[in-house]
Amino acid sequence: MEYGLSVLGRRGVNFINTLGGLCILFFRFLCSLKDIPRSFRLIVEQLYVIGVKSLPLIVVISVFVGAVSAWQAAYQFKFIGAPLRYLGQAVGKAVVIELAPVLSALVFAGRVGAGIAAEIGTMRVTEQIDALDSMGINPVRYLVLPRVLACLFMVPLLVFFADFIAIIGGLVVSVVGVNVSSETFLNGFRDSFKVSDFINGLTKAAVFGLLVGLVGCYEGFKAEGGAQGVGLATTTSVVISCVLILVFNFVFAIILFRI
Amino acid sequence: MAYIRIDNLVKMFGEQTVLDGVNINIEKGESIVVIGQSGCGKSVLLKHLLRLLEPTKGRVWFEGYDIATLNHRELIGIRQRIGMVFQSAALFDSLTVAENVGLGLRESRQYSTRQVEEIVMTKLELVAMVSAAEKFPAELSGGMRKRVALARAIATDPEVLLYDEPTTGLDPITADMINDLIVELKEKLNVTSIAVTHDMTSAFKIADRITMLYQGKVEYDGSPEETRSTDNAVVRQFIEGQARGPIQVR
Repeated sequence: MEYGLSVLGRRGVNFINTLGGLCILFFRFLCSLKDIPRSFRLIVEQLYVIGVKSLPLIVVISVFVGAVSAWQAAYQFKFIGAPLRYLGQAVGKAVVIELAPVLSALVFAGRVGAGIAAEIGTMRVTEQIDALDSMGINPVRYLVLPRVLACLFMVPLLVFFADFIAIIGGLVVSVVGVNVSSETFLNGFRDSFKVSDFINGLTKAAVFGLLVGLVGCYEGFKAEGGAQGVGLATTTSVVISCVLILVFNFVFAIILFRI
Repeated sequence: MAYIRIDNLVKMFGEQTVLDGVNINIEKGESIVVIGQSGCGKSVLLKHLLRLLEPTKGRVWFEGYDIATLNHRELIGIRQRIGMVFQSAALFDSLTVAENVGLGLRESRQYSTRQVEEIVMTKLELVAMVSAAEKFPAELSGGMRKRVALARAIATDPEVLLYDEPTTGLDPITADMINDLIVELKEKLNVTSIAVTHDMTSAFKIADRITMLYQGKVEYDGSPEETRSTDNAVVRQFIEGQARGPIQVR
């Protein structure tokens, strides 16, 4: 009992420490925004590494997200006896509001967040961050600013593509597998499409990108020891990012999509 | 006041006291080597000079300025006057040798691209690494990495050079080459050097003065000649590399 309480207490303190550390890093990131012109080359480099290189993975995932959502929706419709002309509507809403932003962000956390934590963590344990400091170079400006900004801008852009590709995936499955005509599917999608849903999805994506970037950088900076420390930072970064994405997604659902 | 003054420096990590009231004065142009067992706090001491670590107690003065009280801008100014060669060389993996050496110059925004290129080549020439300018750190041997780290540390013509275990992990010939380079740089650039090492061959070659840390305090301070003939049992055991004596192997 006593042991359990002490473990719980330690975890609680660690959690509060992490939240505090993230807030401080976010504040330092905001302070470094004035240095955007100076870090322009580094930002462009990260936009490519973080955004463009994530596109193939997002494309593959989106195709299957759209496909499976069409199939499952058709299965549920059959179960409750709903007409299949609403299939485009169901797939469109699910993809634009939830599936594309959340699943893309989770995959992004696994690919990019882990990569950022591993890269910065390795730099920390091999004294490269100390070397930056010793040369009078601010590591937040040099490392955090380009990565977090790239995440902030590239996740919404990736979700924009993911929306489009998932709808195509859903359309193909509806036509080939469920025998719904493309016209019926697209009419259903068009009738229910709201620009505000689309914008809200992209807004969520931007916040998820910010979270993944910040958490990856924070865990990387915190890494200590050697390979084990870097591995731990990488895993922790993915876990914290995923939890925060799901928690924030719920908060967004309440704020943006009022019942 | 001394050029660099370390005044009653205490550093604790949690419950563990690593430095327990260290006092060292360093004069301009002097080459001091801090020796001591692995884990005795030599690197920790060095990192306090750049405020990479904050003291638990005590002060570090540089030209009369208390390093702990400097604001961000002043601290960057001081850091640009001090070059450091890290134990692991700490080269940036994603940058070539030339980009590594020129990074501090580029980021200071005081030099044109052409000037940066010229300075980088001059510094690489000093350490005989011009031919590796376009290579990445992963393509270099340990000795070559140290030489590049040395070139990077002197790129901004610092007044003070800090060396953290400059010869650790190198074969004796490469280690001697690094020692020669350190002596040569001191003579050519007239810098103040502070090196920490447990390599006595290196210490005797590059030091004007040798200081030994033991149990978190300065145990001994003297010239290389005095150190060779000292009857301090702790220093004798260390420089002779004896397992038996007052120093307990941890």
